Amino acid sequence: MLGLNTKDTRLLLLVIALTMLAPFLLNPFPVDSELAQFNAGYPDLMQRFVIFGIFAIGFNILFGLTGYLSFGHAAFLGVGSYAAIWMMKLLTMNVIPAIIMSVIFAGLFSLLVGWISLRRSGIYFSILTLAFAQMSYALAYSVLTPITGGETGLQAKISDPRILDSNAGEFGRANLFGLQMSENVSLQVGGWDFTFNAGYYVAAFMMIISFYIAIRIFRSPFGMMLRAIKSNQQRLNYTGLNSRPYTLAAFVISGMYAGLAGGLMVAMDTQVGPERMFWTASGEVVLMTILGGAGTLIGPVLGAGMIKYMENIVSKINDTILHQWFSFMPDGLEDFVVTVIHPFIGKGWHLTLGIVFMLVVIFLPGGLMEGGERIAKLFKRKKGSGSGGKDPEHHPTPKPHVA
Amino acid sequence: MGILEVKGVNKRFGGLQALGDVNLDIAEKSVHAIIGPNGAGKSTLLNVLVGKLIPDTGSVTFQGQSVLGRTPFQINQLGISRVFQTPEIFTDLSVLENMLIPCFAKRDGSFRLHAVESIESEKSIIEKAEAMLEEVNMAAKRDMIAGSLSRGDKRRLEMAMCLVQEPKLLLLDEPTAGMARADTNNTIDLLKQIHASRDITMVIIEHDMHVVFSLAQRITVLAQGTPLVEDIPENIKGHPKVKEAYLGESA
Amino acid sequence: MDAIILQILNGLDKGSAYALIALGLTLIFGTLGVVNFAHGALFMLGAFCAVTLSRILSLSHVVIDESRKDFLGNPMKVEVPYLHEWFGPEVGATIIDWSVPLSILFAIPVMILIGVIMERGLIKHFYKRPHADQILVTFGLAIVLQEIIKYYYGANPIPTPAPEAFAGSFDFGVLIGFDANSIIYPYWRLVYFGFAMVLVAAVFSFLQFTTFGMVVRAGMADRETVGLLGINIDKRFTIMFGIAAAVAGLAGVMYTPINPPNYHMGMDFLVLSFVVVVVGGMGSLGGAVAAGFLLGVLESLASMGWVIDLVPGINQIIIYLVAIVILLTRPRGLMGRKGVMEE
Repeated sequence: MLGLNTKDTRLLLLVIALTMLAPFLLNPFPVDSELAQFNAGYPDLMQRFVIFGIFAIGFNILFGLTGYLSFGHAAFLGVGSYAAIWMMKLLTMNVIPAIIMSVIFAGLFSLLVGWISLRRSGIYFSILTLAFAQMSYALAYSVLTPITGGETGLQAKISDPRILDSNAGEFGRANLFGLQMSENVSLQVGGWDFTFNAGYYVAAFMMIISFYIAIRIFRSPFGMMLRAIKSNQQRLNYTGLNSRPYTLAAFVISGMYAGLAGGLMVAMDTQVGPERMFWTASGEVVLMTILGGAGTLIGPVLGAGMIKYMENIVSKINDTILHQWFSFMPDGLEDFVVTVIHPFIGKGWHLTLGIVFMLVVIFLPGGLMEGGERIAKLFKRKKGSGSGGKDPEHHPTPKPHVA
Repeated sequence: MGILEVKGVNKRFGGLQALGDVNLDIAEKSVHAIIGPNGAGKSTLLNVLVGKLIPDTGSVTFQGQSVLGRTPFQINQLGISRVFQTPEIFTDLSVLENMLIPCFAKRDGSFRLHAVESIESEKSIIEKAEAMLEEVNMAAKRDMIAGSLSRGDKRRLEMAMCLVQEPKLLLLDEPTAGMARADTNNTIDLLKQIHASRDITMVIIEHDMHVVFSLAQRITVLAQGTPLVEDIPENIKGHPKVKEAYLGESA
Repeated sequence: MDAIILQILNGLDKGSAYALIALGLTLIFGTLGVVNFAHGALFMLGAFCAVTLSRILSLSHVVIDESRKDFLGNPMKVEVPYLHEWFGPEVGATIIDWSVPLSILFAIPVMILIGVIMERGLIKHFYKRPHADQILVTFGLAIVLQEIIKYYYGANPIPTPAPEAFAGSFDFGVLIGFDANSIIYPYWRLVYFGFAMVLVAAVFSFLQFTTFGMVVRAGMADRETVGLLGINIDKRFTIMFGIAAAVAGLAGVMYTPINPPNYHMGMDFLVLSFVVVVVGGMGSLGGAVAAGFLLGVLESLASMGWVIDLVPGINQIIIYLVAIVILLTRPRGLMGRKGVMEE
């Protein structure tokens, strides 16, 4: 379908199903049950899942395929956001021009940064991208205040010109041809309460397109060249290929993805601040990609989802909730368990994130995807042991590594 | 005039004269070996030929065009391919993908963003890659990850990757280094077959005299950065100067 | 002129911190070949060593003082530090007052221990992994360390004053023949700069004049060959990691009076220190120190009024701008060696 082989088509359909049904899937617990706090099916969080999913998919095209570790991708997200808010201020609250311009501006900016940074590789490349991002942040914070609003950032205001909007009286509501991003439809079934948010579905639709493009890139000769760059740049050069245009193209594509994510953030919540460009934001997308599995198609989306879920859910757990959970234990033990867990929840969720991330880098360099594969293999081996070890796909057994 | 001409090349590293007045004229479609004791400047000479080092003086011309100051990929575009001492392949990619990359690379090196087409749709390129794998007896291993191949197979793959680009000149840097005797003999046979089946010039830098005398049509002996003798293999064997160079080193 | 000198002086203490962190980073990179993103966290841990010691020193218990009455007429409860009881109020107060310099003695063993545990427990397993993995795992470690500190010490900066004797400022201008009050410079900043110089000199002479240092330097140049000589390089490198951790820690200890420590100060400094290392040249100790001072002073000079008027915002970006220019014109940094991180 759509130029994809069966396996990739299945993956795409899975992602479509997951995103479209997310309001159900993420709300497995009835509203008044104790476990309702684990529900993630509210619009704000679901929007973040898909937006950061887009960000991570794009980052993965650069890092996962070429191995160039950028520590400055938040700058492109920020540029996209600023471009989008200006479209909303000047043209219209319709999100379409905002999203288009966010991609274009982020693309242009990443072309400039990439053109310079890609003259170096390895840690030098990482530091160059970091330097550019920090510079953008510092400038957005100070000198560029007329464009960026400085520390307070920018919001869509009623006084903005918005030359394309006829009824300027309607203030600050981002919309898609009249359909407001904040519009919700609720569905109550038994004890469950499902919310369908217009903004989420717009963002989810963009993510599906982004994901589809990513699959095409991964399976294209271009994607293969990018993997070749990661694998052995020397051989690529001696094959008569200049790797620079390939890495630059990958850099710009991933910058455009970041811009799209930034534009969508503005479409969902019409404001921007410079902290969106700070290097910790760049670090976050690195974490997402590695956690999920760099170089895999769906890994970064899972990583983004997992981090955003932890950020929102783990940080909400408090001692009272813990005491409820462990109330079946004897009092002394209950207090002890709660004390042990206490540092990892609530405000301590960053600690949990740091530890999970370290464990993944140490034991699962391939991220959650590798973990999943290992588990799947374990099951296969158990199942396959009876059938005489047939090789249905005719994979030749790899020889042991000799050199 | 040969396909590759080296004239008056000098290269110093600090106080060390790595290459001193090297002149070479490599005839088209010949197999030319460059031998010499350790530290004779063989690797330096090779690095000059592929544009990695720029000599202090002298010229290197390939088919009348200077190669000096060109990057490795530009030199490859002239029609020079290189086989490394330790096989340089894309270890994370499958054998077939390793073959596809040189097939996709345009001879003029131009960049094309084929980011939307799928690899599978490029039938003619895949056929070309598979035919080449067939020629080096690696068709059965097309789906293996290249990093898991044996050393001999890695070498075959690397050569296939060079050959599929139909280079005019193939530079081989100790192609049998670290190989078992059987693998070495296989490689010799493969090289013979390659040379017989296409219009190609080969320059081999080699330690192993068995390989050199099985393959080379002409041999240049390098000692202390300077060519000592250049002749056909029969005359090199008993040459007093050559003996002196090698014995002098070991004594 | 006096304004420029003042800015240079102001830049020196920040430059000192950059130089010390960059020195440790380079030691670790040069010896172990590891890019340590947790090095800023070591700086931060050092600062919290000082906080911890000052808290330990002022541990007190409640004593009922019959001679004083509170507003209800009851005997007043007074907190008396143990030190006052043990050494008498005056000596006790002096010891508490000098807690920051005393922390040096406390921090050295603690930081060496932390460094050695880090190297043996975690970094050791990453020697053969790609640089990206090393960056990522130490990045994770940095997050964990700073979150632990945040858990125990809270998120707010903790003021940790210098000893009374160094609390004020002095008129540096008069010393070098300027008008009075033209260059006012706090004592402690001068102490910090002097301390940094001593520390840098100590590390360099240790590497230069001891056999241990000689082996380490040889190992930095060519690890394999030194290993072949039958010298146990790994053990020495572990100790070097401890020393690098201690250098970062001491830089942090002494920095507390200049900037009240908070849990994320390490990350703030790390980003800049990495820029410093790259500007100085990966693997070059001298380059790291020189670039540290250079960038510290440049940053300070760029925040002068007329410079900002001339190029608005330059003070915010000068370090990054210099880094970009240097990396593009001198790929190996100011004093980088060939073949380091160029694969």
